[in-house]
Amino acid sequence: MHRIEPPAASIYDEMLASDLAVRPHYDEFLRWLNQQSAETLSQRRQEAELLFHRVGITFAVYGDDNDAERLIPFDTIPRILPADEWQRLEAGLRQRVAALNAFLHDIYHDGHILKAGLIPAEQVLANAQYQTAMRGVNLPHGIYSHISGVDVIRHNDGDCYVLEDNLRVPSGVSYMLENRKMMMRLFPELFARHAVAPVEHYPSLLLDTLRHATFADNPTVVVLTPGHYNSAYFEHAFLAQQMGVELVEGRDLFVRNDRVFMRTTAGHKQVDVIYRRVDDNFLDPLAFRSDSSLGVPGLLAAYRAGNVILANAIGTGVADDKSIYPYVPDMVRFYLDEEPLLKNVPTWQCRKPADLSHVLANLDDLVVKEVHGAGGYGMLIGPKASRAEIAEFRCRIIADPANYIAQPTLALSTCPTFVEEGIAPRHIDLRPFVLAGKEVKIVPGGLARVALQRGSLVVNSSQGGGTKDAWVLEA
Amino acid sequence: MMLSRTADHLYWMSRYLERAENLARLLDVSFSLALLPQSKNGARSEISAPLVITEMLEEYNRKHDELTPEKLLDFVALDRSNPASIVSCIRQARENAHAVRGKITAEMWENINATWIEAREYAAKGIDNVGAFFDWVKERSHLFRGVTYGTILRGDAYSFIRLGTFIERADNTARLLDVKAHLLQSDEAASASDYYAWSALLKALSAYEAYLEIYRDAVTARQVTEMLILSPRLPRSLRACLEAICKILAQLEGDNGRLAQRDAAALLAELKFASVDEILDEGLHDYLAECLIDINGLGDRIYQAYLKAA
Repeated sequence: MHRIEPPAASIYDEMLASDLAVRPHYDEFLRWLNQQSAETLSQRRQEAELLFHRVGITFAVYGDDNDAERLIPFDTIPRILPADEWQRLEAGLRQRVAALNAFLHDIYHDGHILKAGLIPAEQVLANAQYQTAMRGVNLPHGIYSHISGVDVIRHNDGDCYVLEDNLRVPSGVSYMLENRKMMMRLFPELFARHAVAPVEHYPSLLLDTLRHATFADNPTVVVLTPGHYNSAYFEHAFLAQQMGVELVEGRDLFVRNDRVFMRTTAGHKQVDVIYRRVDDNFLDPLAFRSDSSLGVPGLLAAYRAGNVILANAIGTGVADDKSIYPYVPDMVRFYLDEEPLLKNVPTWQCRKPADLSHVLANLDDLVVKEVHGAGGYGMLIGPKASRAEIAEFRCRIIADPANYIAQPTLALSTCPTFVEEGIAPRHIDLRPFVLAGKEVKIVPGGLARVALQRGSLVVNSSQGGGTKDAWVLEA
Repeated sequence: MMLSRTADHLYWMSRYLERAENLARLLDVSFSLALLPQSKNGARSEISAPLVITEMLEEYNRKHDELTPEKLLDFVALDRSNPASIVSCIRQARENAHAVRGKITAEMWENINATWIEAREYAAKGIDNVGAFFDWVKERSHLFRGVTYGTILRGDAYSFIRLGTFIERADNTARLLDVKAHLLQSDEAASASDYYAWSALLKALSAYEAYLEIYRDAVTARQVTEMLILSPRLPRSLRACLEAICKILAQLEGDNGRLAQRDAAALLAELKFASVDEILDEGLHDYLAECLIDINGLGDRIYQAYLKAA
């Protein structure tokens, strides 16, 4: 028997119920775990680390010294979801992404939702992420966000909440795939004892999605990367290889007569779909940041002429902005005429005077975020902050209220995790990847991230988070 | 058909690895020659030879004020601030592989990445057994070539990888032979130390057994020269490299490569119809210098035809 540190009373734990009974979907796993000696388990963990290093699944910390590449810590205790729970989550994700795509089409065309007064027009149109260049541009099937990475957490009420919709260039799917590969390599017997829904077909679903994003026959698809010093380069190369398409950098492409071509050893070849892992602002130095060398001059013109498809579309950032987030449930009702299946975290918008005074009065209990922030930067976690930090944030909010939103401090659920002291509960979230093509496809599960520091709620890999394999058990 | 930039990375990946291997061979021959009993000046020239023929002497003198075997070994093998050192070559081979890891097999990538991780450890810890280190470099290069041969799809990627190997190898064989060229100029009768010098060169090029099989004779400068330049059967000879290059160029898709093919064919024809006596009459060093210019020119043609990104 391995000792598992019990979870805190006020927190939902994925494995252990409040009376410390094992939840049924972890029964078999725990039985297996208790048959393994501590030495075996620690040996396997070392093996995993060695393999990840050898395979080079590292993420580069910016700079050109290779020694700076490090591993994202991987934990060998999976996050397990029972089939029925996943079905509910999946239905909610489909609905949410459908509404977000409808919203993007709407705000770049007629703006029905703005005219209906559901969202203040200036909050959309004056948003830094709103791209006027996209107005009136018609995209095949009206799809803007082909690939969405929706961050979902479980609160202590046992319900799932969406924390963030990532509609720009969400990353992490390669870790989902490599984590599964690693688990199967280390513990094949576990997969014989569980019916774990497969995820390995993600690259072929992604390729289908990209090929259906254009009306062109037999389209040429490429992956556009900022290059091999980018922190997510491994993923770009991995996905290009798995799909069997070219991995290009901006300098490999050029635009002639509003068409995009790549330079090859046998001459020029036209490109129809670009799965771009480069941010909007760096895509085309003629249209956006002129100092960008990552993009392709003239790309925007080719895109607007309908001669190339970008996935995701330009200008999706306005829909996953934290200032727009509070309206997503309204979008579901407005565009789909359905009740939202997934909950939003209650959010106070500091731009509203009433919300602002509530936020300022309750800073100790709230999480405050910058509306354009990402990656766990630029935020205040009230219950964990010092007096000085709270005072400083108070000044920043008062100086520019519209730049902040606040949410209650959510008690992210925990999952037992190997840490130095043994096995202890650590907070986790889940990022499923939603593919919107001819139809919406989601591989069961997603990337499970875990905050490795005791009590920490920040799961981002840039801030010391790790990952787990996420299992959806087939019914 | 593949991206020009991808082809460029694949080509340089294998060039750098081949270069690392040949540097190890070069150091190996210099170190074993320096062990032979001879005059002090002779020993020094053996030691400095690797710096001269790889054009690193100036850089070395900037960093070190005296020439000792230890410092030389450190500079040519391990010094990460020397871009031409063995460890730096491995690093650049790995960097190029990293940039196209989707175009090579997982086993190739894991192999070259593991080589780099171990090379980094050598650079940090130093070398305690010189011979074992040279063997390690050669072995890693053999392994990578083996993994490549055994796993990668036959196509343009494979062609550019091999093209890099043979261009680099032709260049390096010419340079290695040049280490010994000055021995020929000193018009002496074959002395015992000459015999050892040529044997050491053959061994460094893994060509000793081939020599015995072809000539069944004592090691002579004339025959070694003939074999290393003109033998179509020795895989590291100039002629064998050029034959491989011509064959690969002919397989590449598209018609960008006309000039590269023409130059390679001309170079091959020259080697095919040359005789060792002509070469020795012209002077081995001059002949090799000419070869190096031609090989370099061919590399440039290949770059213009296939690898240039912009």
